[in-house]
Amino acid sequence: MTCMNHKHILQIKNLSVTFTQYEQGLRKTDLRVIRNLNVSVGEGELVAVVGSSGSGKSLLAHAILGILPQNCDAEGNIWFQEELLSPERIKELRGKKIVLVPQSVNYLDPLEKVGKQVRKEQNEKSLRRKQEELFDFYKLPQKTADLYPFELSGGMARRVLLTTAMMESPRLIIADEPTPGLHLEAAKKAMSHFREFADKGNGVLLITHDIELALEVADRIAVFYAGTTVEEAPVADFQSVDTLRHPYTKALWRALPQHGFHPFPGNQPYAKDMPNGCPFGPRCPQLTSECEGNIQEQTIRFGRVRCIHAK
Amino acid sequence: MDIGRYSGILKYVVKSIIKIISLLIAVSILSFVLVSASPVDPVRAYIGEVGMANMSVENLAKLEAYFGINTPPIERYWNWFTGFVQGDMGSSLLYRQPVASVIHVKFMNSMVLMTTAWIFSGLLGFLFGIIAGLYRGRWIDKAIKGYSLLIASMPTFWLALVLVMIFSVWLQILPIGLSVPIGVNAAEVSILDSIKHLILPALTLSVIGIANITLHTREKMIDIMGEDYILFAKARGKSNLSIIRHHALRNILLPAITLQFASISEIFGGSVLVEQVFSYPGLGKAAVSAGLSGDAPLLLGIAVISAALVFFGNLVANLLYGIVDPRIRRGSAYE
Repeated sequence: MTCMNHKHILQIKNLSVTFTQYEQGLRKTDLRVIRNLNVSVGEGELVAVVGSSGSGKSLLAHAILGILPQNCDAEGNIWFQEELLSPERIKELRGKKIVLVPQSVNYLDPLEKVGKQVRKEQNEKSLRRKQEELFDFYKLPQKTADLYPFELSGGMARRVLLTTAMMESPRLIIADEPTPGLHLEAAKKAMSHFREFADKGNGVLLITHDIELALEVADRIAVFYAGTTVEEAPVADFQSVDTLRHPYTKALWRALPQHGFHPFPGNQPYAKDMPNGCPFGPRCPQLTSECEGNIQEQTIRFGRVRCIHAK
Repeated sequence: MDIGRYSGILKYVVKSIIKIISLLIAVSILSFVLVSASPVDPVRAYIGEVGMANMSVENLAKLEAYFGINTPPIERYWNWFTGFVQGDMGSSLLYRQPVASVIHVKFMNSMVLMTTAWIFSGLLGFLFGIIAGLYRGRWIDKAIKGYSLLIASMPTFWLALVLVMIFSVWLQILPIGLSVPIGVNAAEVSILDSIKHLILPALTLSVIGIANITLHTREKMIDIMGEDYILFAKARGKSNLSIIRHHALRNILLPAITLQFASISEIFGGSVLVEQVFSYPGLGKAAVSAGLSGDAPLLLGIAVISAALVFFGNLVANLLYGIVDPRIRRGSAYE
């Protein structure tokens, strides 16, 4: 199963996100935290973007929704249902066709009752009914509406956040670390709602650090390293290390408990001191001088990879 | 009655009462020590240098006895303390009236002044702070912030003098000081007169108070606008107006309450200076006079009353917090 057989719901090409910072008084520096990122989600697909914590994955979600901070600039093209999006169009779509499911209860206003927040402070009968239906669907007691966020358990909070997403009829869910602190079984269960949603012909972009979870639920996996996606591969390719393309993906695979738990030395480069060419170069066993040039993305066996040595 | 839900508040109030009693005792002891240790000789301050020179030894001894110079300090304090506990605050040596009635009159004068300033600085500071926080970095924020920093670094008495210069000396539309016109019978003073005399001191106090509240509110507003729930509200396609109305204002209310009630102490402190400059016969001015003339009973009375007032303000803020914030209000019921 590859993205090529599907109509795209979301397609991101060459997305770059730059922070403008002032350091030591008035010296302005640009910090590129995401560079030339490509990722796509087809109809019926659940695509996981996997990267280590603190690598700027959340910014990807914020860039798609157009909610980056003011000192942050995004370039690149985003298509939604084959339509190239402008910032104005994103504004119209967010919260309606493209929704975010955030990671924790902190994303709810602590001083407003849950029901009111789910309905975005609207009080029409139809919305009330929809909210009640969704609470039933997600097995939330109706009295949850009268609780404040701090009164929700972790599981309830996750389901409330889902309800906020489903109040409109979205085509794409962007789930940003939706299962923090859950062990694999519980996380898989929490993810079943996303799977169901995708199976109805919608798209889910799951942003996570948890590769084991991604392998369980996703159709395709995009591996995020130092601000870019180094490889986009069908989940089946993760059966064996030989079907994987990028040396970083292979290193990740070997680091999994079931594959020997081999740690991989070194750290991701910080956005400020990024090496020339391939960002993985300094840690890569296959490093050659060509790696310091411009690395084009290539398609190999229905997957895409950003490595000149990939086979 | 569901006692369970309110037991937390009840416990809190009882604890606070114990706290305030110990605080007031400490404040009175400290003030007494300070006024006893002060180099001001109350008799000399009371009758002046010339009076001292012309006074006979017997009369001087009588006066010293009246001022209690020769009574040991601990005994004097104890006398004051036992009287105070029974509701007798003693007599002011300076005004030759019971301290309670002096404080009552002065307190009423100050109250009008301070309440006006408190409300104005609270409302305007809150408004300016929110605007500046929302439009952080834009020109309007820079203007508000610049103004607040300028005012905050200005000495109160200096601002008062500048205002007097502008409005009383140059424009001559407002009186220089006092709370009533000079040379007019107390019965003939109109409300308009009182208001006219109130404007400049209240303006000075408000202007000074606004700066502080604005800067604090601005910081809080910036913090709130950076919260995850604001980001999520944006991601859900809510309009800026709806985000401000439903989330930002709701969340800034809590710190605003704390700030507003905590500012009572600052307004109180400011009023001492302002009343001095405008010769406004309030509590602040009475405190200064009492201190300068060694009027221990009055000074102790004022210190205790003002400490109680400030403490009460903070107590109200904390209680309001419990009412407004569901995490405190409902927290106990769901423990």
